[in-house]
Amino acid sequence: MKSFTYERPTSPAQAAAAVSANPNAKFIAGGTNLLDLMKLQIETPTHLVDVNGLGLDGIEATPEGGLRVGALVRNTDLAADARVRKDYAVLSRALLAGASGQLRNKATTAGNLLQRTRCPYFYDTAQACNKRQPGSGCSALDGVSRQLAVIGASEACIATHPGDMAVAMRVLDATVETVDGRGTERKIPISEFHRLPGERPEVDTTLKPGELITAVTLPKPLGGAHIYRKVRDRASYAYALVSVAAVVQPDGSGRAAFGGVAHKPWRVEAAEGEMARGAKAVTAQVFAGAKPTHDNAYKLKLAERTLGAALTEARA
Amino acid sequence: MVSVGASAVAAALPGAVGAAPAANDAPVLAKVAFTVNGEKRDLELDTRTSLLDAAREHMHLTGSKKGCDHGQCGACTMIVDGRRINACLTLAVMHQGAQITTIEGLGQPENLHPMQAAFIKHDGYQCGYCTPGQICSGVAVLDEIKAGIPSHVTADLNAPMQVTDAEIRERMSGNICRCGAYSNIVEAMTDVADQNKARRPA
Repeated sequence: MKSFTYERPTSPAQAAAAVSANPNAKFIAGGTNLLDLMKLQIETPTHLVDVNGLGLDGIEATPEGGLRVGALVRNTDLAADARVRKDYAVLSRALLAGASGQLRNKATTAGNLLQRTRCPYFYDTAQACNKRQPGSGCSALDGVSRQLAVIGASEACIATHPGDMAVAMRVLDATVETVDGRGTERKIPISEFHRLPGERPEVDTTLKPGELITAVTLPKPLGGAHIYRKVRDRASYAYALVSVAAVVQPDGSGRAAFGGVAHKPWRVEAAEGEMARGAKAVTAQVFAGAKPTHDNAYKLKLAERTLGAALTEARA
Repeated sequence: MVSVGASAVAAALPGAVGAAPAANDAPVLAKVAFTVNGEKRDLELDTRTSLLDAAREHMHLTGSKKGCDHGQCGACTMIVDGRRINACLTLAVMHQGAQITTIEGLGQPENLHPMQAAFIKHDGYQCGYCTPGQICSGVAVLDEIKAGIPSHVTADLNAPMQVTDAEIRERMSGNICRCGAYSNIVEAMTDVADQNKARRPA
């Protein structure tokens, strides 16, 4: 690991100013992804700004009837919050499907949104990777790609967003709240938070340099059945090959977002009109234009079947 | 603002010095104070030092093991402020004021923690390398179930949590045992859960 200086600011604006002022600085919260990448020298910040002491760890009701989740709320606490379990169960389920107990105790809400891809070519510093080293190429294109993206990818990158939590937040229409180095606050819809790789796969999100996530807000509860269905290589502690976050109403209408298939949680609202007609009708539209590799074409069938299983579970 | 900087210059936390970038990858030292197994410790460490390395290399508490050093195996599991974490994936300097329990703080050969005794009784290990992490995790898992924290296999998120084989297996999935002592670990944890239940007033 490269050496770094370390500071603990006392306000979110101060933290954002500190990282804005230094292009080699990074925020550290739980550290479960960043420190892993620093050990491998995939991330090499020379300055760390510890945001753990900023008081961003509360969950409070909003005037609109939703919840405001502080950026530093640990995954365990968010999953276990009584209001989340009751009204946003898809979020509890998604969080509990991710990582291990030890990691969920450290990992934060904001950090989870910002986790980097688990593409094996991003992790292997001997391989070409446009996300790790812009302009170096993409070894995954002709490599082992069974875990990688089937839709929304580019010639430069076929990596996926690896998380579960963000998929549930996408189906719930969450909003990401931030503050920048000048103290300006803004709200980013979750649909616009993660970006597609395009020509700049090194940029995962629409955050500006130094912009700090302060909270994620959830709109008022949707009701209905909340399902998070994750398919992976082992029963626990593995990344999704395909996952589905679904909220299904008694009349069969509903919403669905997919994980493990793209550089961002994948949701096509226009396809949700087909929910009552079943999984095949929905996924035909959600994955129209998919460009799978020979290694991961199975994900299209798997996504249809996983949504089908989720809809069956919702009716049970 | 509390900050630490200036290569190879130790700065207390709290206490401010300028945060100049480290030149030529020179080590940056920082002071941190926390309580380990009930004992107050003041350390001066390279900022890169993980909590695991701080325990093993600087406090000579070698019970916690370094398996993968990437948060995948759980051999380094410690209980920090009442919660189990991977000590390899966190920086020691981030734990100013923390209460840290390692396997040495749970029990000693002459005064075993019930979970340690149960691992011996049920033969919950072979080589023993993952065992300190398994035991720290096992103790914390029973506390998590008692506190009503749900898991991936919890059928009803809003009902009281139960100690079942399925719950234990899911919750312990962050602790890998290459000898494959898993079924005996489940038995050891179930035994301790039963002991706790018997001790608790109805």
